[in-house]
Amino acid sequence: MTTLPPALSDWFATKGWTLHPHQQDMLAKADDPATLLIAPTGGGKTLAGFLPTLAELGPNPPPGLHTLYVSPLKALTADIRRNLRTPIEGAGLAIRVEDRTGDTSYTQRRRQRADPPHILLTTPESLALLLSYEDAPRIFAGLQRVIVDELHALAESKRGDQLALQLARLQSLNPNLRRIGLSATVENPPALARFLAPQTTILEADPGPDPDISMLETEAPPPWSGGGGRYAIPAILNEVSRHKTTLIFHNTRAQCEIFFHDLWLANTGDLPIGIHHGSLSREQRERVEQAMTAGALRAVVCTGSLDLGIDWGDVDLVIQVGAPKNVKRLVQRIGRANHRYNAPSKALLVPANRFEVVECQAALDAVRAHTLDGEPRGPGPKDVLCQHLLATACAGPFDADQLYAEVTTAGPYALLTKQEFDACLDFVATGGYALKAYDRWQRLKHTNGTWHLRDPRAAALIRQNLGTIIDTDLLKVRLRNQGAPLGEVEEDFAASLTPGDTFLIGGQVVRYEALRELTVEVSRTPGRDPKVAVFSGTKFSTSTLLTDRILQIFQQDRWPDLPAHTAWWLAKQREVSRLPDPASLLLESFPHDGREHLVVYGFAGRNAQQTLGLLLTKQMESQGLAPLGFVATDYATLIWGLDPVTDPAPLFDLATLRDGLETWLSGNAVMKRTFRNTAIISGLIERSHQGRRKTGRQATFSSDILYDTLRRYDPDHLLLKITREEALRGLIDFSRIEQLLARVGPNIDLIRLDRVTPLAAPLFFEPGRIPVEGAGRDRLAATQAQALMEAAGLA
Amino acid sequence: MHHALFFHGETLHLLPSGALFWPARKTLAVSDLHLGKSERLARRGGTLLPPYETQATLEKLDRDLDHTGAETVICLGDSFDDLAAAEGIEEAARLWLIRLMAGKDWTWITGNHDPGPIEIGGSHRAELKLRPFTFRHIAEPQDRAEISGHYHPKASLAGQSKPCFLADAARLILPAYGLYTGGLRSHDTTLTTLMAKDALAILTGPRVLAIPMPR
Repeated sequence: MTTLPPALSDWFATKGWTLHPHQQDMLAKADDPATLLIAPTGGGKTLAGFLPTLAELGPNPPPGLHTLYVSPLKALTADIRRNLRTPIEGAGLAIRVEDRTGDTSYTQRRRQRADPPHILLTTPESLALLLSYEDAPRIFAGLQRVIVDELHALAESKRGDQLALQLARLQSLNPNLRRIGLSATVENPPALARFLAPQTTILEADPGPDPDISMLETEAPPPWSGGGGRYAIPAILNEVSRHKTTLIFHNTRAQCEIFFHDLWLANTGDLPIGIHHGSLSREQRERVEQAMTAGALRAVVCTGSLDLGIDWGDVDLVIQVGAPKNVKRLVQRIGRANHRYNAPSKALLVPANRFEVVECQAALDAVRAHTLDGEPRGPGPKDVLCQHLLATACAGPFDADQLYAEVTTAGPYALLTKQEFDACLDFVATGGYALKAYDRWQRLKHTNGTWHLRDPRAAALIRQNLGTIIDTDLLKVRLRNQGAPLGEVEEDFAASLTPGDTFLIGGQVVRYEALRELTVEVSRTPGRDPKVAVFSGTKFSTSTLLTDRILQIFQQDRWPDLPAHTAWWLAKQREVSRLPDPASLLLESFPHDGREHLVVYGFAGRNAQQTLGLLLTKQMESQGLAPLGFVATDYATLIWGLDPVTDPAPLFDLATLRDGLETWLSGNAVMKRTFRNTAIISGLIERSHQGRRKTGRQATFSSDILYDTLRRYDPDHLLLKITREEALRGLIDFSRIEQLLARVGPNIDLIRLDRVTPLAAPLFFEPGRIPVEGAGRDRLAATQAQALMEAAGLA
Repeated sequence: MHHALFFHGETLHLLPSGALFWPARKTLAVSDLHLGKSERLARRGGTLLPPYETQATLEKLDRDLDHTGAETVICLGDSFDDLAAAEGIEEAARLWLIRLMAGKDWTWITGNHDPGPIEIGGSHRAELKLRPFTFRHIAEPQDRAEISGHYHPKASLAGQSKPCFLADAARLILPAYGLYTGGLRSHDTTLTTLMAKDALAILTGPRVLAIPMPR
């Protein structure tokens, strides 16, 4: 067993700290090649991860990098640095701890490369950059340990796939490297263990007592539709005033903004409340984080940007506004409250509308029954591998066979074939086109048995493009004539604004004035109704676990567990139409606002419902029904167009759906968006960098053109294959459509109504409407053009 | 379907492809082909884009020539992404281009990307006067009856952004004809300053539609 340096043990003793059993276990397992610790929040998980490091380094360690700590959040690295400093300085250990993220200054980063600290805290993106330098082998020469925090969160995204490849790289540089993964409760620990390393010891800490969780009771019932939970503000303020510190989670940034604005208007008691989400400027987020740590805030309205294990002080209540979508995430969020080990966390769910009341009830039932949702993630994506190959070439020449062997030690790529690897290498080196046009200008050349960059100067460009997070292009928002940015909005949103439009940012209503030098200039306009900002938060599909439970709840004769208003609403739906059930697929058709509408209650989760929207509108287009667009939620798809659907059965023929998937997939907006992400990650197109966009008179042309070109001239190209794989498992989620149709068989029931039904109403308020480009839109465009010309007196 | 524009006493057809056809003179004008763009990016150590844009652009030009029966062709500059791209053009594309040029009065106007003569036949000029019009690459604010390119204008209608022609009483600006060409929204001050208040944007696409220039 590894023991702590006496100075540290003594310091713990003077503080009256004793190690938790799982912290002692971590010391006992210090020599294992890989250890996964699963522990609830507040269990001293992070310290447990660092104990073996502190024990090995001792009071006076020699210089050199010993431990690398990787976390998904920049804020987390800063937080951990502060937390580690306390015992290290308290015990007088001469251990240097530094963080390195995108926010670290250039000089600091240079110095860290020349003289690395003992413990370096970083993110997967910064690590990718470090590993791409020629001196990576020197920087990581003495590396003994790597600690991956919030592994459960990383493992769900491409950032985790990238990290898995980096761990393999680090292991090659240091065969004796030991890995530690820290995770919240997950449904499948062995799968996560394999993600971390080929041979991993699993340690599960005591999960602690069950959380104290319930639905918030409000005087006013939730609205029929919409999101945001504004109706609950008085009740939420009341809860905030009764607790020390409350975290108020929202699912999207837009809802977070609107809620904060309204909360502030209602906050007559002047409770100090802050807002925190990913679209706010760093300065603003840091201010809130500092105030939070100092205990100066009573509540923070936030999104997933506060989801992960940052120690935000003494949080004693978590409020989730809006349906949680996923039980596992809910449980992890609840864990944010009450950081004292072995004390129950307290949480309240606030459904944003009556439908969400049902989903919240389903989630409560699931939490109480200790069931967690989780769908297996499938093999590692190849666009991430392509980027890794480019990054590896930046660091120096590599041997393809050796690199292939290394890549397959990474969990997500364990089943990658040599052929698949070679296809990725060919793409990276030559473009992988059927037309071999780039013999002279290959990116990678093969000489003397190794692959290397043809033009070493290309490394700088490749490094700028590293990372797997694809942001939509964001523009800073500033008050006219004032320096400090208020936050950022998506370029698409900015493009949709005309001077005079108002929107919400940082909790205030602002008026759009002009777009200048990639900055949105605004002025303050208190008291005006905002035009809602369409920040798109991360969209998670409601899990199968939850949708199944919701359908079960619908089958009850009465709903004694649900609030009376919601029970009444469901009864009303049953009266005017029908409630969806597991044995059939309910469709409703009705006219509304001059358009025909079709609602498909598939309960297949947002992504599959979106795919259904794509497939169905395509069919409707060929039937001449002139569909104009659709919007999908986790439980239904709403399609609008110029003509009504009367015979739905042919639309849902599985064989036709599957046969047509290939053609349907090709031309639609979802595929183009997937292609764009894949093209950026794999290095085909560059991220738009603000500097470059400034100098370029014209913005880069759209990736849609590349997509169309490849489809036309090179339909078997690797990137189209990757896009298809990505779309099928992520955004397309066709398997859930197949499950749905298998479940309902021939029972597809269309009900024709003369107006919107209670269950359909919320769909009209959903963001993320997807236009269908077809005859209907041509008809509309011609009408609009005519109207504009007439208005201008030109026709 | 084209859009017919009456401009300085002449009828001009604005084609869905972004080309301009002047029936009275059997003249076709196209701008900003940017042939060889993917090759130039690769040569400079950048990314390897699908190397098909020259083929796609020539196919489009072939169709327009065939369809209009044009006898005179004016390329309004930036026909090649740079001079080396003009020299390095693949043999198949070069032969194709030569075939298209055969028997036609073909003028290459120099642009900022291809500021010198190109070894490919045709005549090379800084600008071309063909009464009543002046054809040049970049619009000159004081001139009239001018037809130019350079800006790659774009505009949106019904939520879709498309390359467009811009027209007012004094000038006509063509959209970029090449495939890998970005665009400048008509809102940009460069364009709103250049074009008169009553300017029209004529959007390319299967159906050519004219709208007041979005600004």
